[in-house]
Amino acid sequence: MTFDEIRSQAASEWEALEHSDKPRIYIGTATCGRASGALTVLEAIKSELAKHNIEATIINVGCIGLCYAEPLVDIAKPGRPRICYASVTPKMVPKLIEDYLVNDNPCPELALGTIGDGSVDGIPKLFDLPMLKPQVRVVLRNCGLIDPENIKHYIATGGYSGLARALGMKSEEVIEEVKASGLRGRGGAGFPTGRKWEFCRNSPGEVKYIICNADEGDPGAFMNRSLLEGDPHAMLEGILIGAYAIGATEGYIYIRAEYPLAIERLEVALRQIEEYGLIGDNILGSDFSFHIKIKQGAGAFVCGEETALMASIEGKRGMPCPRPPFPAQSGLWGKPTNINNVGTLGHVSAILQRGVKWYAQYGTEKCKGTKVFALAGKVNRTGLIEVPMGITLKEIIYGVGGGIPDGKGLKAVQTGGPSGGLLPPSLLDLPVDYEELTKAGSIMGSGGMIVLDEDNCIVETAKFFLSFTQAESCGKCVPCRVGTKQMLEMLEDICNGKGKPEDIELLENLANDIKDGSLCALGGTAPNPVLTSIRYFRDEYEEHVAKKRCPAAFCQSLVTYYIDPEKCEGCMICARNCPAEAILGDKRMVHVIDQDKCIKCGVCSDVCPPKFEAVKKVSGEEISVPSEPIPVKKASKD
Amino acid sequence: MLIMREQLSPILAPYSGQQGALIPILQEVQKELGYLPEEAISEIAQFVGLSDSEVYGVATFYAQFKFTPIGKKVVNVCRGTACHVRGADRILQELERQLGIKPGETTEDLEYSLESIACFGSCALAPVVVINKTVYGRMTPTKVRQILAEGKEQQ
Repeated sequence: MTFDEIRSQAASEWEALEHSDKPRIYIGTATCGRASGALTVLEAIKSELAKHNIEATIINVGCIGLCYAEPLVDIAKPGRPRICYASVTPKMVPKLIEDYLVNDNPCPELALGTIGDGSVDGIPKLFDLPMLKPQVRVVLRNCGLIDPENIKHYIATGGYSGLARALGMKSEEVIEEVKASGLRGRGGAGFPTGRKWEFCRNSPGEVKYIICNADEGDPGAFMNRSLLEGDPHAMLEGILIGAYAIGATEGYIYIRAEYPLAIERLEVALRQIEEYGLIGDNILGSDFSFHIKIKQGAGAFVCGEETALMASIEGKRGMPCPRPPFPAQSGLWGKPTNINNVGTLGHVSAILQRGVKWYAQYGTEKCKGTKVFALAGKVNRTGLIEVPMGITLKEIIYGVGGGIPDGKGLKAVQTGGPSGGLLPPSLLDLPVDYEELTKAGSIMGSGGMIVLDEDNCIVETAKFFLSFTQAESCGKCVPCRVGTKQMLEMLEDICNGKGKPEDIELLENLANDIKDGSLCALGGTAPNPVLTSIRYFRDEYEEHVAKKRCPAAFCQSLVTYYIDPEKCEGCMICARNCPAEAILGDKRMVHVIDQDKCIKCGVCSDVCPPKFEAVKKVSGEEISVPSEPIPVKKASKD
Repeated sequence: MLIMREQLSPILAPYSGQQGALIPILQEVQKELGYLPEEAISEIAQFVGLSDSEVYGVATFYAQFKFTPIGKKVVNVCRGTACHVRGADRILQELERQLGIKPGETTEDLEYSLESIACFGSCALAPVVVINKTVYGRMTPTKVRQILAEGKEQQ
């Protein structure tokens, strides 16, 4: 089949599905959906449909990014737009099916929004909602909308037209087009993709490799997983275009073994493109041949670094090597090699499909296009978002994310994961692009964005990131291996109230030495969370050191739990739940925490009924409570 | 040793002569045996033409590989950033107390293994605990005890 035949076949099948006289039910069954119970919802839908004898087409889709509202189920009746229902439970299913499919009541109170042409009374358009309106979906264009295991869905929505177009161009022209688009690597460093390809293209050698880096190891980031689970072809089309451009005949996808569903969907996608002649020998009748292998990473954060990743593919310890020679000169098995992140390749397929002009309308002068972030932490609408470069942190956190839960104040936002920085609320108007984030001491990174509220301790958060990089240091360079350990010990001391006044300056000096003396980006960026947090939140460090007080009352060694005798009604709930049996008291007796036994786990505070709110947590304050249980003074409200 | 050879040869055979096969081999063998016992390492080393210590060098570099048997139920505590800021440490401490083991260890009756993973990628449900394939989101120390108690009842 020629590509035009494939495309018209896919288009007519898609058309038939969209105009089918059967209702369609779309359910998000990516890892995040499954974790929220999507599979039990799916079972409930099937049995309910059978009960009412309704014939419907069920389509498994990836994640649309609204993680806070999972599981998501869209129902489309013939001739109507899809209606997206949020936080669907198996209990809600009978009502949804009966009310909407049987009785034609679309249940606006349960709906989040509509997708597609047409409208339904009382339900807004999904993409007009505040969390989606500021978004521009380039990489995530199909996620949550199409069946990732059906290549025809991808082709019908423009898929592989970029590859077909590229194959009609000279490879130099493809590189020029990517250069003109202004695309920069989405793995974090932001190197121009077209130039990277050009280096590899111009390197002498018959055999060249292209590698897709899907070793997403940053704790708090799941952009790659979501794309590979929701639309694997978007990346595959990108790697095929890249391979053609640089003249690679073989490729690897290096993916975390912890992503079984993404691997499964990639394997399905690879079988499908093989069937359609989109991979293999003489792709689409051209003289371009390309083969690809999936390599599962075995769990080492440092393998995100290019030279370490290649060592790992070669079956060695994943330790970085000095550059030069750059991978483009001598990479995998000593051959010229090009490595791109999953997201970068997702951009490439979109650029070749829709053209440079369309792409370059998004973003800023120096940073074109969009960036996908995994927005999580203390924010109302957590999820996977794609925003144009240059958007401000404020627009992301308060617009897309809907602000901080429980009316708490924002303390900091962390971008770039353990290599990035902790930015204060005073930088909320910072436009998000590579240069601005670097200037502020952070990095763009692969796209983790974690929001911290007033209950989070800055020093403890910096310690958390450093404990991660310290554990993941491969051990090759002394400054990284020993230095991060020393920094971690100092931070532990500070969090435990054993910090010395000179520690803060010593931390800064050591951090700068590690940055300068490390071979790869892991060591080179590991001190960033500490450096930025000292830069913007020095007072918090000083409080820990000088006053032995954690301003957020987070650091366990520095907090004290106590029971407010004015509020305790002697209900016994905390005493029964205390794992350390540290709470003394009886029915209608004010409970008292035995501070010697207390392990500061916070369970008492979790279980104390909200109407009493008697358990208090303080740091660096004297408490005055009875030394043993006394009768409750006031009359019980019950 | 011979039994090990018989058990491993169907796994190893397809990799004969392949470049960079060591890590996939280790992964396959661990999938089969649950962990990498000493005899398996020797067998693999012989097959790929490396010394035992070189194979150990690679295997111990990666977090995925285990060298002691693991429990029937593997309790994974996500310690990604999103889980951390929502209290993953408290969850891990409660599990350590309840199971009496530290991350990376297995209970003596081989019932439970406790692991902490860098990020499970379900940040929206933080803090997350995954027991075998079941995901438990928005965890609290109290929920930890309930889930373990339910598990004990089923035994």
